[in-house]
Amino acid sequence: MSSVASVGGRRVETAASVARRDAWLRRLPLLPAFVYVVFVTQIPFLLTIYYSFFSWNLLKPGSFKFAGAENYARLLTDESIRTAVWNTVVLTLAVIGISVVLGLAVATLLNSEVFGRGFMRTLMIAPFLIMPTAGALIWKDTLLNPLFGLLPNLLTPFGLGRVDWVNRFPMATVIAVEVWRWTPFMMLIILAGLQSQNPEVLEAAKVDGASAFQAFRRITLPLVRPFLELGALLGSLFVVQTFDSIYMLTYGGPGEDTTNVPFLLYLVAFQGFSIGQASAIGVVAVILTTIVATFALRTLFSIFRVEARR
Amino acid sequence: MSTKVVTGRQFPTSKVLWSVVGWLVVFVFFFPVLWMWLESLKTEPQAASSPPTIVFVPTLEEFQTVLSGDFPPFFINSAIASLGSTLLVLILGLPAAYALSIRPVKRTQDVLFFFISTRFLPFAASLVPLYLLARDLQLLDNIFALGLIYTTINLPLGVWLLRSFLLEIPPELFEAARVDGASFTTELRRIVVPLIAPGIAATSLICLIFSWNEFFYAVNFTSSTAATAPIFLVGFISGRGLFYAKLAAAATLASLPVLLAGWIAQKQLIRGLTMGAVK
Repeated sequence: MSSVASVGGRRVETAASVARRDAWLRRLPLLPAFVYVVFVTQIPFLLTIYYSFFSWNLLKPGSFKFAGAENYARLLTDESIRTAVWNTVVLTLAVIGISVVLGLAVATLLNSEVFGRGFMRTLMIAPFLIMPTAGALIWKDTLLNPLFGLLPNLLTPFGLGRVDWVNRFPMATVIAVEVWRWTPFMMLIILAGLQSQNPEVLEAAKVDGASAFQAFRRITLPLVRPFLELGALLGSLFVVQTFDSIYMLTYGGPGEDTTNVPFLLYLVAFQGFSIGQASAIGVVAVILTTIVATFALRTLFSIFRVEARR
Repeated sequence: MSTKVVTGRQFPTSKVLWSVVGWLVVFVFFFPVLWMWLESLKTEPQAASSPPTIVFVPTLEEFQTVLSGDFPPFFINSAIASLGSTLLVLILGLPAAYALSIRPVKRTQDVLFFFISTRFLPFAASLVPLYLLARDLQLLDNIFALGLIYTTINLPLGVWLLRSFLLEIPPELFEAARVDGASFTTELRRIVVPLIAPGIAATSLICLIFSWNEFFYAVNFTSSTAATAPIFLVGFISGRGLFYAKLAAAATLASLPVLLAGWIAQKQLIRGLTMGAVK
């Protein structure tokens, strides 16, 4: 373009308009998707912020009125929102922590020379693919049911029979079912990391007299660390939104023992029809998620850069 | 004699040992799925016996009950919403991915960041206005409206994923095509689509998994005519009496499409789940 710029005033304008035309030609394929996403996510979010300053119950016609920060004030004082945030944090940390550790263990097993690796991997990813609502019901009714479930029957000889797991340990049950679902996800990502490792480096370490544990800690672990981080962060973005299994297993109960933020939102919006209050929860949830997501996306971008450098 | 640091190749015993451990672990994880299949092949009294029936003559009775009952419309709704939204994601996502890779717009990174941030916006962010909009437009309990919501959920993943595949196409191919005077659509048809067939497969797989299994919007935006397969399973929560075999059969059928697709396209799964970051 610099060659055009030197020609003269009139030509520069033409060059600029050509450049503008080119920029729009480049933008054109992007526009449909971009406009669609803005329309379905950004405009509603602005409306959510707007509604969050109103008191409005759908079941009470004419109840729409400005409420200032009342909905937010209630969030600060309300016991159930605090419980829900706490439950969300507990659920997310427990599920991600346990499934990353288990995923690393299983991935390490599947990366070593064992019989039938491919088939093991195939079976292993099934829990992630099973419909979550279906999985939760299978756990609740056929595995954990105190009367007919397999587990209480198997545990009877150990004096643990007839334990109503879902009602006595609701949070632990939800965590267990979610760990069952997310461990395969972590395993897949970590396994990809392990397989990108150069086996010769490990051989060399062994020749130099490193123990298997030392080699794992000093060589393998640093290498798969970005994969662990990626799995944990992507996973937590999904687990924070857990709804299906809570709905199916405990319906948030007993009491509020397993009510997390998405489930509370469901209760407020679709059982209580408190539009203003639900919107305030939405705004707070966005702020909390943005904090986690910022870290997640940064990790993602850094991995992309590593990929690009290759 | 450092027998502690053995590798599988030299000492098959450790290979056998680790194989046993590995298979035990895999069995524990796979067992609920296996148990679901076993239960679905029992009769109701066998499925609800205590202690559980282990040895039995398999029967397809409950599958017949489910398939001849009210399950098929739910299944068809799931298929419409998933396949429709997947198609829409490809139609909208492929040109967008092109504009973020082959002939990139300015501030490509920002646009990418924007797209993916919408995927991880909690549904709380836009739920209430979308619900009110759907209600006012008489689109509640409408399967096409649900499909549009699934398109929103999957489009950001689709754009990222397709882009990661487009970046792998050698730029010379496009230069050659442009010298020959190929238009944008010709480029898409002749170069992009054939070369990123695996990318399209991966994108479709991820869209299918997320929309087929989606529950939150399905349960809140549909009630009867547009209800999807996961909603059919809700009917079993409060069910009384003997229903485990029927539940297992329905759960098996509802999970089948995603399970099969995921198993067949295993290679695309990791790349899809990480939006192209991990190959």
